Amino acid sequence: MTQGKKALLVMGCPEVPVQMSIVLYLSNKLSKAGYDVTAAGTDAAVKLLKVSDPESYYIQKTEDLDQIISDVVEKKIDFDLCFVFMHSDAGMTYGATFSAISKARLFAVIFGKNAEELANTVDYPAEKIMAKATHNPNPLKIKVDKVVL
Amino acid sequence: MKYRILLEKTSFREAREYIEKNSDEVYYVEPGYKIFKDYYIIGVPPVAMGARGKELLFTYVKPCYGAFVMAIDSEEEIERLREREREKIKASLKKGGLKERAEPVPASFGDMWKK
Repeated sequence: MTQGKKALLVMGCPEVPVQMSIVLYLSNKLSKAGYDVTAAGTDAAVKLLKVSDPESYYIQKTEDLDQIISDVVEKKIDFDLCFVFMHSDAGMTYGATFSAISKARLFAVIFGKNAEELANTVDYPAEKIMAKATHNPNPLKIKVDKVVL
Repeated sequence: MKYRILLEKTSFREAREYIEKNSDEVYYVEPGYKIFKDYYIIGVPPVAMGARGKELLFTYVKPCYGAFVMAIDSEEEIERLREREREKIKASLKKGGLKERAEPVPASFGDMWKK
């Protein structure tokens, strides 16, 4: 049973198109599995999400990335699952931070042109979901579907 | 708060190496270490922080721009890092001390001679 369990989706820089698609897809999948989903990101990433999902059908809760880090460090909140989206060194660095501050089961969702090289730099405890995807979300969707929650 | 950007839009590894090479003193903290009351350090452990004169050197990561090395004058934050280091050393000495005492203390002079 996953009722009452919480999942966090940490969005990276929204410049690679597949991110938003997979965030919405994964949120829907997690919600259907009974998870209470929160998506966190920069102002731009959260705006993209809200415009894409105006009725909050797929994601009900959004949070500023800095605020969620503050709340996790101060132990005001934590999650059962945490998916960190990354296609750059900065995203990988955020993943390392969540690995250190949160007790959640951590997934590094790695995509973009340099996905393979980036995946090699993820040397902290995280389950890697990796696909060399930028415009077409299907390779990453297939990997997401293989994750046993 | 006045800040100076010493290195910009780089990888976290390069930012860390810059701090290690350009600081008088280097301290390592865990991700989430709080500075200036409201900023939580983002980083891959070990996260280096430096002291150079009155300047605190630290990494700042923005999702769309990468890692930056920033410098802000703050003797207070530098002193907090030094104090933290002193506490770590004290704790490790204490731990070592306890290890030495793991051997049972002789109950009498007679026990000492048995050795």
